Parts: sequence; structure tokens; C-alpha cells
Amino acid sequence: MLKESDKIFKNLYNQFGWDIDNSLKMDDWKNTKEIISKGKEYLINEIKKSELRGRGGAGFSTGLKWSFAPKELGSRPHYLVINADESEPGTCKDRDILRYEPQKLIEGSLIAGYAVGAHVCYIYIRGEYFNEGERLQEAINQAYEKNFIGKNACGTGWDFDIHIHYGAGAYICGEETALLESIEGNKGQPRLKPPFPALVGLYGCPTIVNNVETIAVVPTILRRGAKWFASLGKPKNTGTKIFCISGNVNSPCNVEEEMGIPLKELIEKHAGGVIGGWENLKAVIPGGSSMPLLPKKVCDTITMDFDSLIENKSGLGTAGVIVINKDQDIVACMARIARFYKHESCGQCTPCREGSGWMWRILDRTVKGDATVSDIELLEDVTKQIEGHTICAFGEGSAWPVQGLLRHFREEVDKKCSGDPIVKKKRDLPYLVDQHLLEKKNA
Amino acid sequence: MSIKKIHTEQPNDFIFSNENLKIAEKILQKYPKKNKKSALMPFLYLAQKQNQNWIPLAAMKYIAKYLSIPYISVYEVATFYSMYNLAPVGKYFIQVCTTSPCLLRGADKILKICKEKISQNENQLSEKSQCSWTEVECLGACVNAPMMQINNDYYEDLNEANAVKIIESLIQDKPLKPGSYRGRKNTSPEKNNQFSQGEKNA
Repeated sequence: MLKESDKIFKNLYNQFGWDIDNSLKMDDWKNTKEIISKGKEYLINEIKKSELRGRGGAGFSTGLKWSFAPKELGSRPHYLVINADESEPGTCKDRDILRYEPQKLIEGSLIAGYAVGAHVCYIYIRGEYFNEGERLQEAINQAYEKNFIGKNACGTGWDFDIHIHYGAGAYICGEETALLESIEGNKGQPRLKPPFPALVGLYGCPTIVNNVETIAVVPTILRRGAKWFASLGKPKNTGTKIFCISGNVNSPCNVEEEMGIPLKELIEKHAGGVIGGWENLKAVIPGGSSMPLLPKKVCDTITMDFDSLIENKSGLGTAGVIVINKDQDIVACMARIARFYKHESCGQCTPCREGSGWMWRILDRTVKGDATVSDIELLEDVTKQIEGHTICAFGEGSAWPVQGLLRHFREEVDKKCSGDPIVKKKRDLPYLVDQHLLEKKNA
Repeated sequence: MSIKKIHTEQPNDFIFSNENLKIAEKILQKYPKKNKKSALMPFLYLAQKQNQNWIPLAAMKYIAKYLSIPYISVYEVATFYSMYNLAPVGKYFIQVCTTSPCLLRGADKILKICKEKISQNENQLSEKSQCSWTEVECLGACVNAPMMQINNDYYEDLNEANAVKIIESLIQDKPLKPGSYRGRKNTSPEKNNQFSQGEKNA
């Protein structure tokens, strides 16, 4: 269990107050000038040494990402963009950082901005977090007043400005290129990669996009040293992480813990255990809705880090742990997630736009008991047709949870498929593939 | 992509108020001079705020002219993002999150209350345009589920009883305070919170 002194986000629940005076007491903005004066290379190397992996879902090495930005400032300006478009079901960690630890984020932005050569930083906050955005703006104003950012930020000779840009309720804008499109004032539809944003990003300029939590842990890593951060957690899965435990637990909460904590310990110690006891556990979605679920027997022993979850065909994602117990209909729960993806598909790639709808409709039919056994084979086929055939990772995100359901709970799904093959009975289901075989009006 | 209906009765004109014109100029300064289009999303919010929380077509045309971009570029953005209302909503606009983490903790019951107390259908205005409700995807407060957003505020840790109270307070135009309705501090763990058998899925 993580020691109190090793916690990075000490004000996660607003125990001490969020404004700048309280943040200063908790060592924010301490030695920032000295840290920055050690130079870009030092900063990037230190972050590489800490083995910090991006907290937004993909788990890419942050130091490596920073090193992709061109070393010298050319004719095009560099941009730092912070992704606060937290919309993954099960995840609500960034909201607490925006509300209660804004100075960590602002200080991290300055350091990251300096390391990648950016004078301007945009923080993209989801539109629903209006109050959180207002709070962050207040915190930014306070930092400007103390000259921590702005012209000659912190006395380092580096000019640095932070602007907030609000999203407007599109999950897809959490994808980095869709986010850039959105800042440019377009529909949030992801771009083809390469070129990657590090070379051609916002307004065609080199851009580094990082998650809120990633940036917010940077100042503490540099103050306490990469070694300290790397000593927490497991090799290649270092440091601490905010876990959001929701669903059927006795006390759902956000909590900062060491990477590699056993899932069972996380749920029992921090979230008061599964409702009805550990034996009543059915499945856990370990990393936000787009990661495949884990059945109970895997949950008994699994540890929460990137690599061990990948071994079990899932992923840490954003560490939004959704607990589902035996009182729930697991198929209905996954059908709802499929509906989420149907609603949020941006509509750019056909496999995703159409496939996400298919998956939802088939699962919805299954829940109602109208599906046939051949439907489930079709469903499995659809998930394979989406996966890997789209511009962005949304395709995988929508297909994986359904694949996880079929992998672990196939028997349960099959049991619900009591319907006869549809063509035989000529039933009036408008979403059928074989519509031309129906004789009904709406076929 | 959300499905949206454009309102049938549209006003003929729309211009920013003097106050909003000043805010608009400030917004433009955030972005590089040649990338004025970036201001489109903030401008749509501004128009929405000025026009009782919905955006008429005239406002889109006005913004297109203001930013010297084609009307269709404004229209496609306004229809793409779900938070731009293209038809009137209630003075209190209630958004109930029903994605899985909230559903697991009984969001469907909150939805039922909205149907009974406010209006049978989504986006249908209640009497005197006081309230309207809609079902939305994850609002990012999953550990405080079930929850709803009323205008800009989050009402969290709800159950049936206090959801009824909150909605009744809106109908009477005396809204209750936002925040957690189990009296906990933000997203911190609650101690000794064992659910009894009866309310375990409430």
C-alpha cells in the first residue's frame, strides 16, 4: 500500500483547499526555476529514466514522446496541448486534478512546455466540466499574478501562456488528432497518421499532446527524482496512479495507489469491497469501458499495471475500474456500453460507424431474448471487422469490450439466445441484415 | 454523432450583445490571428448562452460572417457536438447520465422519475418551459454515480428519494444545492458504508 508521504496528489479530495497559497504550502512551484535551468535534455532524460507512461490510456512513454518534438525551434511555433477531455466511462480522475490540484497541472505544463519548446499551451477540457474549467481558469489567473507563467515565467526567461478550450460533448475528441481538429474549430474527426502530431499537429505545427495526470505528476518527479518515482510500482510500470473505482462496490471512490497493486486489494481496502462480498463478484472492467472485462477468477490474482493486464488480454487504460457483481445482467451492462460507442462514433470510417450500431442492436436483442445463436456468430464477426480497420483506436475501443464478453461469458450469452432463426419465422425486425427476405412493409 | 432536430420556429435575426462582442474579441486573442476559426466553438457557446440556452440558425449565419468562414462549417460543427442545443430547452436543463457505471447503480430509476415528474419524452419542455430532460452518455463522475447535471452543476450520489426532491425544487424554481447527496467529501471513500440487502442496487 502506498505510503502517505509518497502520494503525489495530497489534495485529491480537497482536504486542504485548492487555491495557490495552499498549493504553495504543499511544495508546488518549489525550485521550478532551478529544475528548468537544468535544460531540455536533462528534463526529457529524467522523465525517460522515471519510466513514466502516459496516463491517458495508451501507456506510451512520456519522455520518448517529448523527445519526438523537433530539437530546434524552426519557423513554425511548437504547441503543448493537454487533454482534459475525460469521457471514458468509469474514469473521473482528471476532474479531481482540475478542481483540487490545478497548480500541479499548471507547473507541469510550464516544465513540459519548456522541454518541448512550446510557448503556448492549450488545455482542452470537456464541455460538461464547466465548473472545473472555471476553477482552473481562476488557478491560472493566480499563477499569472505571481508571475509563475506569462512573460519570463518563473524568472526562467521563457514566455509561456496557457489557454483553456472547451469541448462540447464528443467522446471522440479525447483522441489526440480529433482533439486538435476540435481546437481548430472543426468536427472532431481523427486524422490519418502519420504524420504524427509531434511533427504536424495543431495548425500544422509540432504539437505534443499529453493527458492531465501525466503532466500533473511531472513536477513531483523532477523534484523528488526519477529514481524515487521508478522505485514505486513495478519495472516498466512505475509510479503511482489514480484509480477510479465505480460500480457495485460499497464505497466507490478515487484513490491514488502504487502501480501494480493487486486488484482485490484495491477493491477491498479502498472501495469497501464488492457489494455482497468478494464471492458475489462477476466481472471487472479494469481500465475504462473500452478495455475487455475480466472474469472473477482472473480478478482474484491480477495486479493493476499495464503489462500484466495486457497479458490477460485486457489493459490498464485510464484505470477506471468498473466492478460488476452477480446481481447485474452482464449482457445488459455490455449492451449499454455498446450503445455508448454507437452514440459516440464520429462517423468517419464505415466499419466503426455501421459496426458499432450492429453490435448494439444485436446485444440489445440478446438482452431481450430475441437473438438467435447465429446472431452471436455474426456479432463476433462484426467485432473482427471493426478492429484494425479504422483510422483511430475508437474501433478497437468499441470492439474489445464485446469480444471480452464473448470470450469470458459466451455460455451466458448463448443461454439468452432463445429466438429461432429469423428468416424462417419472417419476423418484423427492421435492423436485419436480410431485410430483402422479409415481406413486411418496412423491409 | 448525435441526432439533432433543428427547431421549426426560428428567429429572423441574431447579433451578439455589446457585452458578448467584448468577450468575443477576448476569445479571438487566444488563437493565432490566421486561425480565427478556432474561436468557432467558444462563439457557439456564447450564442447559446445569449439565446436562452439554444442556438438558432440565424446565430450560425452571424458567426459564419463574423469569422469569415462558410455557413456550412458552422452548421456541421453545431450539429456534430452534442452540447449545442439546436432547439429550446428548459430553464433547468437536466442531463441524466445512463452509461454503465451509473446504470449499475440505478440511473434508470432516475430516468423514470424524470419521465414522471417533468415530461414523458426526452427534450420535451415541461409547463412554462421550466424544465426539460435528456439522457446523456458518461458525464465523468462515475464514482459519484448515479448523477445528473442540471445546467452547469453536478448533482451526485443520488437515490430515488432525493432525485424526486431535486426535481421538485426545480419545478418550484428554488433549486437545491449541487454536490454529493450522501454528504461525502467529493470523491473520497466513505467509511463503514455497507449497503443493506434491500438497497444494494439503489
